[in-house]
Amino acid sequence: MGLQALFFYLFAFIAVASAFMVIAAKNPVYSVLFLILTFFNAAGLFLLTGAEFLAMILLVVYVGAVAVLFLFVVMMLDIDFAELRAGVLEYAPIGALIGLILAAELIIVVGGTTFSPEIAKGIAMPMPAVSERSNTAALGDVLYTHYVYFFQIAGLVLLVAMIGAIVLTLRHRQNIKRQSIPRQVARTPETAVEVVTVKPGQGI
Amino acid sequence: MEIGISHYLTVSAILFTLGVFGIFLNRKNVIVILMSIELILLAVNINMVAFSSFLNDITGQVFALFILTVAAAEAAIGLAILVVFYRNRGSIAVEDVNMMKG
Repeated sequence: MGLQALFFYLFAFIAVASAFMVIAAKNPVYSVLFLILTFFNAAGLFLLTGAEFLAMILLVVYVGAVAVLFLFVVMMLDIDFAELRAGVLEYAPIGALIGLILAAELIIVVGGTTFSPEIAKGIAMPMPAVSERSNTAALGDVLYTHYVYFFQIAGLVLLVAMIGAIVLTLRHRQNIKRQSIPRQVARTPETAVEVVTVKPGQGI
Repeated sequence: MEIGISHYLTVSAILFTLGVFGIFLNRKNVIVILMSIELILLAVNINMVAFSSFLNDITGQVFALFILTVAAAEAAIGLAILVVFYRNRGSIAVEDVNMMKG
């Protein structure tokens, strides 16, 4: 149990420290890299609780896709970030005050929480023992049976997001040449070829 | 020292607060605001997974999976809007966004 506590504090400390660096770093590129570090340590926390599949999905989806998307956008836009950081401390005191109050309230509420014994009766989907069924298999057992409609809706949400992102960022520039397949297909020898009789010695 | 659910909830509470504080701190920079929202969603996910594990109920992990999906979609749409906004205005300062009204 000591090893688990050690790793918990390691992951938790690095996650919190790098989350602080995400919001405090001067350069947004560093912010994205610290965000990736936060996600790695959150995946470690997930592993400690036994949610192996979600830990790996967190790495694949967040580090592999979302964080790289952030990095891409940060590097693609040519922005003076120093100007954006001007007056960054203007609202810091009130933000820190609200943050401290929020954190204190949350920690007072959740600290020392214990479960009522009666809560065990209301469990919807009991988790099978790890020795019988792995976490991934157990998740699949309920995801594709009880929650199959929600799973489909999640896929639909992703589809809508994909189409939305494409529609938003696609633009048609006017003055560049594009292939027009209908025009190519509609071409006939009459419209494409002109027979010219050239007189000798004159050229066209 | 036993690691109980309150430890996980405390970590997620701190991450949530840092996310909210990040919105206050970087209120001009939309990219960092989006990253703060990702932090907040990560805190919510840690809560879900911790409750799922300590209550021995797998529903929480299913829900965390859906939160992950929605968060990914939100990040994609948010960044797409950001790119379009930058293309139109040449800046990503939040103060300029109100010029889009009408």
